[in-house]
Amino acid sequence: MTVTEVIQDQLVAGGPVAARAAFAADVAARFAAEVDADARFPVEAVTALRSTGLLGASVPVELGGEGLTLTELAHVASVLGAACSSTGMVFAMHHSQVLSLTRHLADSAPLAELVRRIAGEQLLLASATTEIGIGGDVRSSTCFVDLRGDEVTLVKNAPVISYGSEADLILVTARRTADSLPGDQVLLVCDRERTLLEATGTWDTMGLRGTSSFGYQLSATTTSDRIVPEPYEAISSETMLPVSHTLWAAVWLGMSRAAVDTARRYIRAAARRSIGSIPQGANTLVGLIAELEGLESLVASASSRFDAIQDDRDALGAVGFTLSMNNLKVTSSTLVATIVAGALNITGISGFRNDGQYSVARVFRDAQGAALMVHNDRITANSAQLILVQKGS
Amino acid sequence: MSTEEIIREVLDTHAKLRVAASSVAPDDDLYAAGMTSHASVNVMLAIEDALGVEFPDELLTKNTFCSISGIEAAVNSLTEVRA
Repeated sequence: MTVTEVIQDQLVAGGPVAARAAFAADVAARFAAEVDADARFPVEAVTALRSTGLLGASVPVELGGEGLTLTELAHVASVLGAACSSTGMVFAMHHSQVLSLTRHLADSAPLAELVRRIAGEQLLLASATTEIGIGGDVRSSTCFVDLRGDEVTLVKNAPVISYGSEADLILVTARRTADSLPGDQVLLVCDRERTLLEATGTWDTMGLRGTSSFGYQLSATTTSDRIVPEPYEAISSETMLPVSHTLWAAVWLGMSRAAVDTARRYIRAAARRSIGSIPQGANTLVGLIAELEGLESLVASASSRFDAIQDDRDALGAVGFTLSMNNLKVTSSTLVATIVAGALNITGISGFRNDGQYSVARVFRDAQGAALMVHNDRITANSAQLILVQKGS
Repeated sequence: MSTEEIIREVLDTHAKLRVAASSVAPDDDLYAAGMTSHASVNVMLAIEDALGVEFPDELLTKNTFCSISGIEAAVNSLTEVRA
């Protein structure tokens, strides 16, 4: 066996996760500038995730996947995030959807079969949760599942569906029936090929330009066995919220590491130019490294906490846990913005440039999205309600 | 200039040895010859600058900078990987 064969042998489903993540991140890094400049989907990196089996890796072993833990997924998300923020976010959103499906199948045989396909064919999953006219509250829908016999139709006006046109499956929230209350939601799995997406908005943004989060009028046709059996209320609190917030935080950790690494290289180069004196900015760098360590701890503790209680529905549904997951999102999104701004402060005009080895421009712009994607103010308002009912911690 | 000669030059400038670097044998303990850990940081930076290398964290141990031969071995391990 040649070295190349040994390496290729490892870069498939079942191989070492770290090696596969490093390979995909390498591909992502090579195209990150182009993805950003052209505001296009990181197709090369997602192809690398698919070929290395990382798209289906969170599917449970008994359904043909690898059953990766949230800790392992967070590792991959951070490595990808350091290379290309958009690729990291696509990975994070995709696995939030995969787990929202696989963890809430009840005993649905058709959905179990579909999950096997996700692992076998490495399908990409997107989601359509927000809706125009509901004021940004993802736990509330206007659209509804229109069930006639076994046939289901669903029309949803979605202000954003990230990488919707690139996905194989789109998970859509909707009211259970035409007569259901806005909060009585189900999750419907729509095949891309039986879903019409009419773009209603573009995605020309400050950062995260590769997530292709276009607005769409979605019109899907499917069958009733594609309705996830458990209510979305449970899916949201037990899986979607903790998994998405943890994986997003992991991506932000990767972005923060990348920015701190750039600042560190800058300071070391300055130190070599004036040996014997501590360069300006070195003290700031110490503070940034401390903040980075704080973010690392947040991600590590959130993911290991979830892994420990992943089958304990009472613990996952507890108010205190939801509050912690809300806090994780708000705190880590604030930290990434602080850390990246600090890296810009240290690298100065070199960091301000769009080109050159000390540029932090792209990651700075990407980091501004963290507090805004599900706005921190909205999450804090939700938490403010929760603390009114929380009895102790 | 050979790598060893560059290292000796850097030591003369930055290591604050009690003796000239030319009188230090390749395996002599540089810390015993007067180099402080603070000075070893400057030695590292100057060697990186002079040889265009960067020491990864795993090489930044007290052992690496303990002797001229140790520094030379570390530098060689970096340049070999690159070639």
